Amino acid sequence: MPRFAPLALALAASLPLPAFAVSEADLQTLRAELAQLKSAYETRLKDLESRLARAEERPAPASNAATPARTLNPEIALVLSGVYTNLTQNPANYRITGFAPGGEIGPGNRGFNLSESELGLAANIDERFRGSLTFALAPDNTVSTEEAYLQTTAMPHGLSLKAGRFLSGIGYLNEHHAHTWDFVDAPLAYQAFLGGQFGDDGVQLKWLAPTEQFLELGLEMGRGRNFPGTNQDKNGLGSGALSLHTGSDLGRDQSWRGGVSWLASSPRGRTWEENNLAGAAVNNRFTGQSRLWLADFIWKWQPEGRRTSLKVQGEYLHRRESGSLTYDTAGAASSDVYRTVQSGGYLQGVYQFLPAWRIGLRQDWLDTGTISLGSNAANLAAPAFRPAKTSLMLDWNPSEFSRIRLQYAQDQSRQGLTDNQLFLQYQMSLGAHPAHAY
Amino acid sequence: MKTLLTLLFLAWAWPAQAALQIFACEPEWAALVRELAGERVRVFTATRASQDPHHVQARPSLTAAMRNADLVVCTGAELEAGWLPLLLRQAGSKPVFEAAAQVPLLEIPARLDRADGDVHAAGNPHIQTDPRHFLPIAAALSRRLAELEPERAQDYRARHADFAARWQAALQRWERQAAPLNGVAIVVQHKGFPYMERWLGLKQVAVLEPRPGVEPGAAHLAKVLEQVQRQPPRLILRAAYQEGRASEWLAQRTGLAVVALPYTVGGSEAAQDLFSLFDDTLTRLLAALK
Repeated sequence: MPRFAPLALALAASLPLPAFAVSEADLQTLRAELAQLKSAYETRLKDLESRLARAEERPAPASNAATPARTLNPEIALVLSGVYTNLTQNPANYRITGFAPGGEIGPGNRGFNLSESELGLAANIDERFRGSLTFALAPDNTVSTEEAYLQTTAMPHGLSLKAGRFLSGIGYLNEHHAHTWDFVDAPLAYQAFLGGQFGDDGVQLKWLAPTEQFLELGLEMGRGRNFPGTNQDKNGLGSGALSLHTGSDLGRDQSWRGGVSWLASSPRGRTWEENNLAGAAVNNRFTGQSRLWLADFIWKWQPEGRRTSLKVQGEYLHRRESGSLTYDTAGAASSDVYRTVQSGGYLQGVYQFLPAWRIGLRQDWLDTGTISLGSNAANLAAPAFRPAKTSLMLDWNPSEFSRIRLQYAQDQSRQGLTDNQLFLQYQMSLGAHPAHAY
Repeated sequence: MKTLLTLLFLAWAWPAQAALQIFACEPEWAALVRELAGERVRVFTATRASQDPHHVQARPSLTAAMRNADLVVCTGAELEAGWLPLLLRQAGSKPVFEAAAQVPLLEIPARLDRADGDVHAAGNPHIQTDPRHFLPIAAALSRRLAELEPERAQDYRARHADFAARWQAALQRWERQAAPLNGVAIVVQHKGFPYMERWLGLKQVAVLEPRPGVEPGAAHLAKVLEQVQRQPPRLILRAAYQEGRASEWLAQRTGLAVVALPYTVGGSEAAQDLFSLFDDTLTRLLAALK
């Protein structure tokens, strides 16, 4: 425009003045030149416009890594969750008969409840590290740091290191955040042996074998701040874990993963409240060793071209604890040997029968096994009982980011009592694209 | 013949070198790698034509394959947002080649709101439906491969030149064949064809999905039917991996032909490589027009 406008103006201005002196032919030439100028100018303009349009179409310079975080740095992920709970038994006296409680157990409060909401922030720190932080916002207005870790991204030979606070890689379900579980609550075995879910402060080293078959080895060391360990002030380790997982595809539509894990911790002064044989509430304390074995397996069938799927998963947990138990710490305070060998597990199937609908069934079981209390057997029960629970769920997933779930469970964790539990839950995920974890 | 000789020479000159391992997110990029690198590289394809590349889980087999990859070749533009970053975290980060970064994208959303469905901030990622895109992508990918194996750079250049020449010739042939498709009105199941529409001059008059990635409900389909009756299209297009229910529903009510396009290599019996992919795509479109 600026290049042509003055010229065109000058030409136009010069036209009327010499008009009387020029012939008709000259005028024709001038008119033709002007038209030519105009058309050249229009072509230039069109070209500019099309170049502008192309420039607008072009994406911003893409980074090398295929992360979804093109606009957000760090990625922010918020999970909103709430539940309506209807229980036929009072949750205040919830316990799992024969299992010393720890961590978060039980079905939660009755009525409308906010469940755990989560706020997560994550980003690459530099070319070597990635950082991630997840706050858990509890319904009682407390905020806790669920995970806060750094993770190496560029270690060679299939190695990766995590340091900070993270969910342990033992078993299958443990590493997955609660909002990705297929049922409202953790399986009974997870509640009894891991206090719901085991996370610790420490380091984790994972090694992925260079084989076609997926083979991953994990080693963890931590302070053991959570059940089954206890927070303690010492230089050494409070917990350690080993895990080995393998998996692959079976043909076009099926895949599986399985593994074994081992979690060792040395609780010092783990306390809990329990009713003695006389029915009075007393506090007990345990110091000793805790060794937990886990075996996990998951199989998925995801036929191609259809948005239906089936998955079957199960885990088996076996725990051995030995040490000394102090009965009634506030009163008698009698200490003696304490030894338990207990086990449990769950088996579940989830069928996605329509793209947005899934139905699932889970069976939980526990075995109180052997409980040796020494002289404390005079005051404490060592019941032989098999707590069990059956859960049935139906959920609706209108999109990848939202889920509404109805779950009915018959809980027989308390000897002689059956708790019929009904949950209606929502889980919403905002922000960063949720990962399609296996 | 010259290429063949060069190849033979190169095969002889570096026999002991371990083959490059390429992790391709979608079959079209696996096919392109094969065009540009021949049989010397090992290519693992993470998804098949019958799978929606968005709805894939980070399966153990994918993690294991990623672990051994020297280069990851993907569409990008968030198509693999659900699983690729996770695989890269589990298997250690790898160099990633994003095809979508090599071409201008269409449908870049003016606003990012999940109420609009599964929108991709970078633009529509289904770039493989326009064969013209393969020229800049092949050029950049060939350079990338040559960077990984500098001692074979000459061979990569030769292979690329050969591919580009064959592709140019094919493009001319396809554009001649596709002339009758210019201006044809279509209905699409998913907003998966904007690049092909632009290439062939097809006119999209309706979309069966109310929002990207959302299954159409009865109310929305009724609206589409009304729209279609007002502005009658000639064809209904869907990708081979998509369920045909919604398209068949509309076809029954309107008598229109449904064209299931291979969409990527392996999406139909005939689509065995990049060339036959577009041959078959055009054959199907032209056959449905008759």
